[in-house]
Amino acid sequence: MRMRVCIASLAVSILFAAILFAGGKGSTVNAQQAPPAIEVKIDNFSFGPAAITVPVGTTVTWTNRDDIPHTVVSDDKVFKSKVLDTEEQFSYTFSRPGTYPYFCSVHPKMTGKVIVQ
Amino acid sequence: MAGKTKDEILYDHNHDGIDRRGFLKCMAWAGTGTLCLMQGGVLKSFALNRPGDPGPAVAKGELSFVQISDSHMGFNKPANTDVAGTLQAAVDKINGLATPPEFLLHTGDISHLSRAEQFDNVDQILKSTGKQTFFVPGEHDVLDDDGKQFRERYAKNSKGAGWYSFDQKGVHFVGLVNVMNLKAGGLGSLGHDQLEWLEDDVKHLKSSTPIVVFAHIPLWTVYPEWGWGTEDSAQALGYLKKFGSVTVLNGHIHQTMQKVEGNVTFHTAASTAFPQPEPGKAPSPGPMTVPTDQLRSYLGITNVNYVEGHGALAVVDSKLG
Repeated sequence: MRMRVCIASLAVSILFAAILFAGGKGSTVNAQQAPPAIEVKIDNFSFGPAAITVPVGTTVTWTNRDDIPHTVVSDDKVFKSKVLDTEEQFSYTFSRPGTYPYFCSVHPKMTGKVIVQ
Repeated sequence: MAGKTKDEILYDHNHDGIDRRGFLKCMAWAGTGTLCLMQGGVLKSFALNRPGDPGPAVAKGELSFVQISDSHMGFNKPANTDVAGTLQAAVDKINGLATPPEFLLHTGDISHLSRAEQFDNVDQILKSTGKQTFFVPGEHDVLDDDGKQFRERYAKNSKGAGWYSFDQKGVHFVGLVNVMNLKAGGLGSLGHDQLEWLEDDVKHLKSSTPIVVFAHIPLWTVYPEWGWGTEDSAQALGYLKKFGSVTVLNGHIHQTMQKVEGNVTFHTAASTAFPQPEPGKAPSPGPMTVPTDQLRSYLGITNVNYVEGHGALAVVDSKLG
């Protein structure tokens, strides 16, 4: 009886470990297949969220949801979109850490920031 | 103009030292364009959709011209799905004037997306006026190409980013560009080179020469939160201090505003395309959708009291009859 309990207990432990291992392995695989991505929406002449913090490798996609065209232009000329009409998108992948302030060159009061860690 | 006091613009000075020029009776207006008359160096503007234009008796000025603005050809959102139709309506008004204008000024945002076919469409519609049109670019006219196409079409003999001046019947006109090289967080900008050029352009003129300055973004601070102003406009106006009559014509904000400050009279024109909200009265300055059957009358009706700092910056009460 005692032996059976031990075996059962061992089996449960092995099973648990297997699940843990699989789970860990699985998430690693997912991260490699789908690099981090994040959306920024342009609404009412503003970027939302205006400031984001993302890991290196993240692709940020901006979508213009206004009736008026906008652009997404890095203050330091690191990235620069073409003009985005309604529902048009611009994406940029951040491969280096740093702080990237940006603005709409058509409406420069619109500003945002991407912090890459 | 006598007996039409309801059409006159009222200036609320709020004891802030803004000088009222008692002889200036700018007509309130709304709609699709403005008729400007120069009389004795004083510019008077008239609504094109008032019942009848000023008529020959009033219109014996030395010079008359029409300002239109913000045609946004290519815009097709609910605020106006037929911007070609409303521009055509503006042209029909111009062609119906008892006193034909000498020429037209277009104060920018000719196109919505700087596309060749949008500029072509505007050119085609304006052609029926048979008048020369002087253009300055809006930010929508210089997208993606730093204004190259604009200058090739409308400002071939201009300086720098597209600024120029010309004289008509003793009046000196200056077209300025304040939509280029805008900085993050900033307002409209003229820039060092253009300011130097302006200083040089006007320094040989007699102080009695009437000056008309036209540019897209207002050359006075209407509402900085929405970028409705030009960061270095004070320097530009400084070069014009010696002149007895300076008239500044702008667009961009899709509503009429007037202000008199010393020797300078500021006007912003309505759009021919769609109205924008009063400063701060909406979450953003985006297009304002009004009932379709009211659109044409709504354009330009909006009057604004914007108070900045210690007093009323400029208060203009303009009403339709």
